[in-house]
Amino acid sequence: MGATPEHETALPPADPSAGDKGWSRRGPWRRVLQGLLASPTAVISAALLALIVVATLLAPVYAKQVSGTDPFRSGLSAKIKIDGKPVPVMQQSTEGLGLGVTPIGPTWGPQYLLGADGQGRDVAARLLYGGQNSLLIAGASTVLCLLIAAIVGIAAGYLGGAVDGVLSNLIDMIWAFPVYLLAISLSIVMIGKSYAFGPFEISSGSLIVPILIIGLVYVPYVARPIRGRVLALNQSEFVMAARGLGIRPGRILWRHILPNVSTTLIVFAPMLMALNIVTESSLSFLSVGVQPPNASWGTILQDGQTLLYSRPMVSLAPGLAIMVTVLLLNLFGDVLRDVLDPKSARGR
Amino acid sequence: MTDLTPLTPAAAAGTRPILSIRDLSVSFLGARNSWTRVIEGLSFDVAPGETVALVGESGSGKSVTSLSVLGLLDPTTSRLEGSILLDGHDVLKLDEAGMIRHIRGQAAAMIFQEPMTSLHPIYRVGDQIMEALTSHRDMPKAEARRQAIALLERVRIPNAARRIDDYPHAFSGGMRQRVMIAMALASRPKLLIADEPTTALDVTVQGEILDLLKDLQAEFGMAMLFITHDMGVVAEMADRTVVMLRGRSVEQGPTAAIFADPQQPYTRALLASVPVLGSMKGEPAPLRFPVVDMKTGVAGGALPLRSKPDLTAPILDVRDLVTRFDLRGGLLNRRVARVHAVENVSFRIFPGETLSLVGESGCGKSTTGKSIIRLNDRSTGSVRLGDDDLFGLGAEAMRRKRRDIQMIPQDPLASMNPRMTVGDALVEPFLEHRMGTAAEGRVRAARLMDQVGLTAAMLERYPHEFSGGQRQRVCIARALMLDPKLIIADESVSALDVSVKAQVVNLLLDIQDRMGIAFLFISHDIAVVERISHRIAVMYMGEIVEIGPRAEILERPRHAYTRQLIGAVTVPDPARRHLRRNLAVTELRTPIRPLDYAPPARRYEEVAPGHLVMVEG
Repeated sequence: MGATPEHETALPPADPSAGDKGWSRRGPWRRVLQGLLASPTAVISAALLALIVVATLLAPVYAKQVSGTDPFRSGLSAKIKIDGKPVPVMQQSTEGLGLGVTPIGPTWGPQYLLGADGQGRDVAARLLYGGQNSLLIAGASTVLCLLIAAIVGIAAGYLGGAVDGVLSNLIDMIWAFPVYLLAISLSIVMIGKSYAFGPFEISSGSLIVPILIIGLVYVPYVARPIRGRVLALNQSEFVMAARGLGIRPGRILWRHILPNVSTTLIVFAPMLMALNIVTESSLSFLSVGVQPPNASWGTILQDGQTLLYSRPMVSLAPGLAIMVTVLLLNLFGDVLRDVLDPKSARGR
Repeated sequence: MTDLTPLTPAAAAGTRPILSIRDLSVSFLGARNSWTRVIEGLSFDVAPGETVALVGESGSGKSVTSLSVLGLLDPTTSRLEGSILLDGHDVLKLDEAGMIRHIRGQAAAMIFQEPMTSLHPIYRVGDQIMEALTSHRDMPKAEARRQAIALLERVRIPNAARRIDDYPHAFSGGMRQRVMIAMALASRPKLLIADEPTTALDVTVQGEILDLLKDLQAEFGMAMLFITHDMGVVAEMADRTVVMLRGRSVEQGPTAAIFADPQQPYTRALLASVPVLGSMKGEPAPLRFPVVDMKTGVAGGALPLRSKPDLTAPILDVRDLVTRFDLRGGLLNRRVARVHAVENVSFRIFPGETLSLVGESGCGKSTTGKSIIRLNDRSTGSVRLGDDDLFGLGAEAMRRKRRDIQMIPQDPLASMNPRMTVGDALVEPFLEHRMGTAAEGRVRAARLMDQVGLTAAMLERYPHEFSGGQRQRVCIARALMLDPKLIIADESVSALDVSVKAQVVNLLLDIQDRMGIAFLFISHDIAVVERISHRIAVMYMGEIVEIGPRAEILERPRHAYTRQLIGAVTVPDPARRHLRRNLAVTELRTPIRPLDYAPPARRYEEVAPGHLVMVEG
C-alpha cells in the first residue's frame, strides 16, 4: 500500500513472533523443497523420472531373470517357445519375393516383450540398457555443461575487463555455430579414436566422447545468462553492502554471489538434461554418438529405421521413451523455475 | 472499539453523497485456500465537491478500498461484501461492462502513485489523453486534440501545444503526474481518486501537484478521495479524514477536529509520531521523537541527545569531492556527455556529530555517500577519515579501513543476502576483520540485536522473515558489529511507516549517545533531518549550496533553493489549508553536461558562524 512492500503492523510494537508461521521459519532451500512437494505436477513427474531411472538400472536383472536373452549378441538363429511351440526369432518373410527376414514382433510375454530388432536382439532389454547410456550421457553432460558454464560465466561477469572480453567473444564464436553442426563435426573427428592424456586413456567408443561433446555445445546457452546474473548481482545492494562492510572479494564471490547464481543453474538443469537426451539420441541416430555394440535410445531408433513398416515397435519404443522422459523433465523444470523464481510464476 | 456511525454532512445538507460506502468488507484468497479479511465493516461518504482523506500506515487497507470502488480487484482472489454506491450505481452489483460504462473514467477516475510507470512508454502523451477523451464519447480527432491541449494547459504544463507530441520519457516525474491528472480529468469525473499521488515525487514537486489538485477541484467542482500515509498532506488537502488501522476505520470526522482533538489512542499516537518541521525551534540539540503510550495514545516527553560533538579534530574531512559519470552513446559507444553527479563538495564531520545532506532526487547526495566510501571509482578530491586519506589507500588497506565507516541502506531487504541468516550476516564482517572468534561474534551479535530492540533468537531467521522496520534494525546492528566511527545513513528511514520511522530515528540517537558515533545522514525528509542533525548541508545539482548549523539553515535560510525546499514541506496543521505556495512550475534540471563543460568556480560567503552560502557567479 505504501511505497514499500512492508508489513509492519502500524503503531502497536511489532510482534516479535510475527514471522513464526511454520514454513517461513526455514531457509530458502527448504522453501524450495516445500514448494516442490506442494505441486502435484512436480511430485508425479519426479516420481515417474525416478521410476525410469530405476528401471534402466535394473536392465541386467531384466535381461537375466525375466527375458533370459542377451541383448548384445545377435540372435539370428535363436528360437523361443510361445504356447509350447518353438518359434524362430527371425522369421522368413512370406510376402514379396520371400527373400527377406523379418524379426519377431512384440510377444507381450517375458521373452521379446517388444519384439526383436534386425539382428534378433530383444528390444525390451536393449531399451533398458540403452536408457542407462542415454540417461548417463545426458546427466553427465548436463553436469559438465553447468560446471563449465558456471566457471566461464562467473569469471566473465565477476572479473570483467579483459577476461570478460576474451570469454564473451569465445562464447559468441561457439554460439555462431549451429549446435548440431558443431556436435556432428566434433563427433566425426573424435569418435572411433583412442586418446591418451598421461595416465588417463579414453578408448575408442568410450561414452566419455559423447559426454564431452554434448557437454560443450550448450555451454554458451548457459554461460551467457549466468554472466548476466553475476553482473546484476555485482551491482546489487547486498553485494555493495558486503563490499562496504569490508568483506574480501573471494568471500563475496563464494558466499554472496555463488549461492544466488546457483538458483539460475538449478533452473537450467532439467531443461538442459531434456535437451541433452534429444541431442544424444540425434547423434547416436546419425551413428556419431554411442558406438555399437553399446546401445542408447538413439541407436535403437536407428536400428528400427529399416523395420519401420514391418516392425514399427523397434523405433516406437525408444521414441516414446525419449518423449516421455523429456516431457517429464520439462514439466518438473517448469515447476522448479516457478518455485525458485516466484516472480516468473504464472498466475494460478 | 466504539461503534462508528459515519458522519454524513452531505446528508445533513440535503445533498446526496457522490460516494457512499457501507459495511464494506474485503477478503483476499491466501495460501491454502484460506480467506484473509483485509477490510472490515468500513463505512464513509464523500459529498460532491468534498475531499476525504483515507489515512493509515502500510497494510491498513486504504489502497484496497480505492481499488474496490473502481472494481479493480481480481474477482477470483477477492471477495467483497457490503455496498459501494457511486453516483447512484451499486458498484458491487455491476458487471465488468457496467463498470466500464458507468464507473471507470465516467463517474470516477483514478491517479496512481507511480507516474513513471502509469503512462504507456511507447505512445505519445497526447494520444493517451485523446484515447481517454474518445473512449467514452464520439469526437472528431481534431476536436479531441484541441481538448487534449486544453487539458494539458489546465494542468499547467508549459508549451502544451508543442509537448502534446512528446513521449512520456521526455517528461519528469512531476510532469508525468500532471499528464496522469489530465487523463483522469478527460472524462470530467465526479469523483477523483488519488492514491498516494505525490509519494514518489520530490518535495517541491509534491507542493506543486497538491496546489494543482486544489485548484482543479475548485475549477471542476469534483469530489476527491485522497489516499495517503502523510499527515501533512492530509492536513493540507482534506475536508474530512478517515483514519484506518488494519482494515478498519478507527476514527473519522472533519480534518480540523481530528487534528485538534483526536478521540482514539491510535490517532493520537499517529499524530504524535509525525515529524513536524519547525517543531525544533529553540532546541539546542537533536531531539528524540516523543515516546507514545500505546494504550492511551498520549505522547511522553522527548529526550534530547545528551552527548555533544567533540570539535577538536574532524573524523571525516571531505575536500573538493568530484564524481562524474560518462554517458556513452552513438555508433562507436563513444563518450557523448558527462553527468556531474558531485561537483566540488567539501565538508567536515566531527566525532559524535550528525551532518545531514538534504536535497531532491538526483542532486547527488547518495552519490556523495557512495563516493566517500569508494563504492564507485569515479571520484577525485580527498577524503580523510581520521588520519588516513581514503582515496590514497590500496585495495587491502581500504578494505581494512571500512571497519571505521559503515553504511545503513535505504532498502534493508535488498541490502541483505536472501540466502544468509541474519546471524551469519552479522558475524561475517566481524570475522572478516579478524575481530575475534565465531563464538565471540555470536555473543556480540546477540548483544547488538538486543540493543536495537530485537532478540537474539531472531539471529536464526532469514531477512524475508522480518518486517521492514525490523530489517532496518538488523542493518543497524550489522553496521555496529564493526565498532564504526562514522555511519552513513542513506535515506535509511525514508521507506518506513511514520511510527516505525520515529522509533528508528530514536534508535540512531540512542546509538550516538552511547557510542559517540558520527552520522552522515542523507535524506530528502527535512522534518526528520531537523530532529536528528547538528548541521545541515543542502545539495542542488551536485553542489552544496548552503551548509551550516541546523537552526541557522532552517530558520534563516539564505539560498533561494533552500527557501524553496523548506517552503514546499507539508505541515500537519489544517489551519494552513488554504495557503498556496505559489511555486513556479519547474522542469527538473539535470546535471548532464557536454564533455567540454568546465564547472564555474564557486565562492562561499560566511553569513553567520559556520553558515556558508554559495554565491552565484
